[in-house]
Amino acid sequence: MADQATFAESAMEFMPSLYSAALRMTRNPADAEDLVQETYLKAYRGYGSYQEGTNLKAWLYRILTNTFINRYRQAKRRPEETDLDDVEDFYLYRRLGGLEEARAGRSAEDELLELFTADEVKEALEALPEQFRIAVLLADVEGFSYKEIAEILDIPIGTVMSRLHRGRKNLQKRLYEFATTNGLVARGTDAPEETVGGAGGRAVGS
Amino acid sequence: MEPVDEQSEAEAIAAHGRDCREALGELYEFLDGELTVERKETIRGHLDGCYDCLGTFDFEAELRAVISSHCRKDQVPDDLRRRIAEALGVTDA
Repeated sequence: MADQATFAESAMEFMPSLYSAALRMTRNPADAEDLVQETYLKAYRGYGSYQEGTNLKAWLYRILTNTFINRYRQAKRRPEETDLDDVEDFYLYRRLGGLEEARAGRSAEDELLELFTADEVKEALEALPEQFRIAVLLADVEGFSYKEIAEILDIPIGTVMSRLHRGRKNLQKRLYEFATTNGLVARGTDAPEETVGGAGGRAVGS
Repeated sequence: MEPVDEQSEAEAIAAHGRDCREALGELYEFLDGELTVERKETIRGHLDGCYDCLGTFDFEAELRAVISSHCRKDQVPDDLRRRIAEALGVTDA
């Protein structure tokens, strides 16, 4: 059993990542602050039930996520899956993948850092429907395993994988829209041969 | 009877195509560190010899690094840190 007196010592270090996650979830600094504060208070009070030696960060994220879902989702209890487009696999790579070769010796990372601002990346993630956003956040930003995410969200691992898959593809589509809106993607990088669905018809450089 | 060369070449191409599909099908599990050591090694072996798949894997890995680094840099407000520390009975040095 964990001792409440040691809670602060162990848990304070996770505040920056919890605060960032709270911002991505609530999309609003005031709500994010409330959410983080409430998470710490709940965790402090419930620390006795935390099994020492298990993953404290995952435990805190479970509280954060549950608090967020219970508190901010009451108003709109509806399935959000239908809000997501069906996007082809590797959406962004199929459109931007050749860029680094075209510009001699640049790495994919350099190109990507140039294509999207930090705000655009955050906005793209925050634009995802909640359940996809949280899954992608936990996996891609926080690096939790499928099993940890399944435990944090109380869903089967298969559901974690499908939310990640769909969430990531839609995030890529959103990022591509930023790249084209900004005029940063030159003509001719759009419309790969094997376009699925109606996505290929999107105007480029408009 | 020995297969003629053309036939074995066609088979090799078909096998390579299968390997590509398998590798791409497991790309996210690979990057997520969710594959067995054995599957990981098989995919690594394929990537060593397949420039196309390597490009895809590399791009997806870099994209994730960019997303992660951009989405975790928010500065915790001093006031929030202080309020929580107080509530938890931490005295800031």
